[in-house]
Amino acid sequence: MDGQEEQLTDRRRFFWISGLTALGATAVGGGAVLADFVDPKVLFEPPTAFRLGKPDNFPVNSVTADYTRKIYIVRTEVGFFALSAVCTHLGCITRWVEDDETIACPCHGSKFKRDGTVVQGPAPRPLRRIAIRLEDGELVVDTAVEVERDAILRA
Amino acid sequence: MSVQEVKERVVTTQVWQSIFRHRYLDSNRNRSLTVFSNLFLHIHPVKVREKSIRLRHTMCLGGLSFGLFLALVLSGVLLMFYYRPSVPQAYRDMKELQFVVTSGAFLRNLHRWAAHAMVLFVFLHMARVFFSGAYRPPREFNWVIGVLLLIITLLLSYTGYLLPWDQLAYWAITVGTNMAQAAPVVGPKFRFLLLGGNIIGENALVRFYVLHCVVLPLSGGLLIGVHFWRIRKDGGVRPL
Repeated sequence: MDGQEEQLTDRRRFFWISGLTALGATAVGGGAVLADFVDPKVLFEPPTAFRLGKPDNFPVNSVTADYTRKIYIVRTEVGFFALSAVCTHLGCITRWVEDDETIACPCHGSKFKRDGTVVQGPAPRPLRRIAIRLEDGELVVDTAVEVERDAILRA
Repeated sequence: MSVQEVKERVVTTQVWQSIFRHRYLDSNRNRSLTVFSNLFLHIHPVKVREKSIRLRHTMCLGGLSFGLFLALVLSGVLLMFYYRPSVPQAYRDMKELQFVVTSGAFLRNLHRWAAHAMVLFVFLHMARVFFSGAYRPPREFNWVIGVLLLIITLLLSYTGYLLPWDQLAYWAITVGTNMAQAAPVVGPKFRFLLLGGNIIGENALVRFYVLHCVVLPLSGGLLIGVHFWRIRKDGGVRPL
């Protein structure tokens, strides 16, 4: 009778393994489907690219703040660059303080130079420099596109 | 008919006896059966040593946390009758609750203060368990459940923060989700999934609402059940 018992054990093990495999596959598949489910496919978010008008509207050596779009347009003697006004510490909106020639964050006191580099405070990185280009004679920025720290649009 | 006779007549009806199977007669067996056959009573042991229910052993801090949890569920469910988690409505509904709805301000304040108190009492409860050494074997696993419950308590506080949809809410969630983003490798994706997008908008509000009102309270309730059950299985409260 030993052989028969062994057979039963084999059969039982077969069903155990196939059952657990099926359950495991279902769990993994279900997890993957759930993870994909919570990942939105279409976003109804405001556009990240803006037209800012003619370059002549921005005087040389000036910082123009646009707080609704959360950007600074800086014009130097060489040309234009755009900075994100979102603080690199924890995401508050910074302010351009004309008198001190600094960009200051109201939340935790970070300060930046007009080129975005950190002067003081908890901010770990310079302000993000974002894409700016000329299109049909108008300046266009895109806050979703980050560019090199020394990128500049010559004018 | 005396009160005693009325009582006797009620407890001998079929309706009463179908609900309560055992009379509370003065015998150990019947007392035990009364506790065993009642869902709410069976959480508590049939017999408790007088020494182990002394207030100074636990200061009832866990019980107070649970009481606050119940108060939060009750006031929270009532607030849900008026609150709509949508960008145009959320702030107005909060204001309406505060200034127009009868007892709305009371419920909102109750929900707020109970939430603060729950964080405090959960913390004090954990400190009590730590300092009285109640995390030691065989109670290590219940300590782990307790830590999970602490995390759920904090997450409930955090997700509830966004719902009034005011400046405080918006910037608290901005700061909090940016902290989550700083986590290595998974951080940015985690923030995206938590907010349901790149910005704190409609998707984020709905997600925080569902987490706050459904996912976290249910997970917490489940773990609370396990937590209480383990207290019994690990031998109840034993003074040092």
